Amino acid sequence: MKLLTLNFLSCAVKTCKTSPLSFPLHPKDAELAKDDVEPNPDLLTNILPRLDWSALRTTAAELGFPDLPETAPSPEELVEGGKTVQDLHELLMETQIVEGKLVCGCCGHEYAVREGIANFLLPSHLV
Amino acid sequence: MLPTPDTSHVPYSRVYEPAEDSFLLLDTLSSPAESTFLTSRFATGPSPLIVELGPGSGVVLAFLTAHALPILGTRAPLALGIDVNRFACAATATTVIKAVAGAGATSASFLDVVQGDLVSPLRTRAATGGEPAEGMVDVLVFNPPYVPTEELPGPPGPASAGVVGGKTTYEEDSHLLELSYAGGRDGMETTERVLAALPGTLARRGVAYVLLCAGNRPEEVKARVRGEGWRAETVGTSGRTAGWERLQVVRIWREG
Repeated sequence: MKLLTLNFLSCAVKTCKTSPLSFPLHPKDAELAKDDVEPNPDLLTNILPRLDWSALRTTAAELGFPDLPETAPSPEELVEGGKTVQDLHELLMETQIVEGKLVCGCCGHEYAVREGIANFLLPSHLV
Repeated sequence: MLPTPDTSHVPYSRVYEPAEDSFLLLDTLSSPAESTFLTSRFATGPSPLIVELGPGSGVVLAFLTAHALPILGTRAPLALGIDVNRFACAATATTVIKAVAGAGATSASFLDVVQGDLVSPLRTRAATGGEPAEGMVDVLVFNPPYVPTEELPGPPGPASAGVVGGKTTYEEDSHLLELSYAGGRDGMETTERVLAALPGTLARRGVAYVLLCAGNRPEEVKARVRGEGWRAETVGTSGRTAGWERLQVVRIWREG
């Protein structure tokens, strides 16, 4: 599971959906790996306007990455082949959570990540 | 004709094999009419999020991702799959990654596949100051379990929540396949849950492609969806017999 994916997901429990605490989910005991992914410049320049940058900063910090700047890089900073683009590509597209858990800050439910696949199926008492 | 993604690695004893319905989705999404519609909506602006529910083998998601440039007019989209079947999750990831590598300069980016129940893992932006709640998804694709059956199969057992390399019994495999086609009453029980969740799932500019069979009573389904303020049109059909379309793809979107 990519670090970027956490920007699009929240706790699957219905009553958590309206709580700001259910996003982003918090990685716990995460084992990370780095995949080789072909850079897609069209994606990197167009993804930033739709990302929740503060959630991304939280996720990156919780996984032990150096602090991201407080605001997202401007389009001018995203020069093709530049360091900002390369760093973002590595962080967003190549960083994988292979094993671990994702914890909801609202209900405390833990979702397991195994073999790189997060499992959001809920036990019957939470559906 | 855009090439169909390779699914030769998919274990068909427990993951739905691409069939007429899958190919109808490929033909519909790559038709001149739909490519024009999608390009006019998504070629510019922030990266669109493409989500397929129940991708199974991953053939449709891989097709859309690999051929993003001819179909959506941009390489900026991100593709995400959500499947209840863990083996389908692993299969889809492989199918999409292979197709993207093979397509090169026309492809969008693969985001992920997560195991989950329909749209439940997706974030919803809460309603704020007069703005209604809004979802994250720009293009939603759903080839549902649409066959009318007496009962809807229950959620998958622990085997499919385990590891991909793990052993499953014949009964567990059959149950996983049943989940891919058995739709309960009118074949609509699962599809109805997705239609009900559309307001919190689709972005303002979002569009959903849902496959229906004749037994689902597609005209009634479209009328119900329109009654909730959506536009809904049939944009692809296959298997015409005696004036009835066996399968059709319905596009659902917001006006304007």
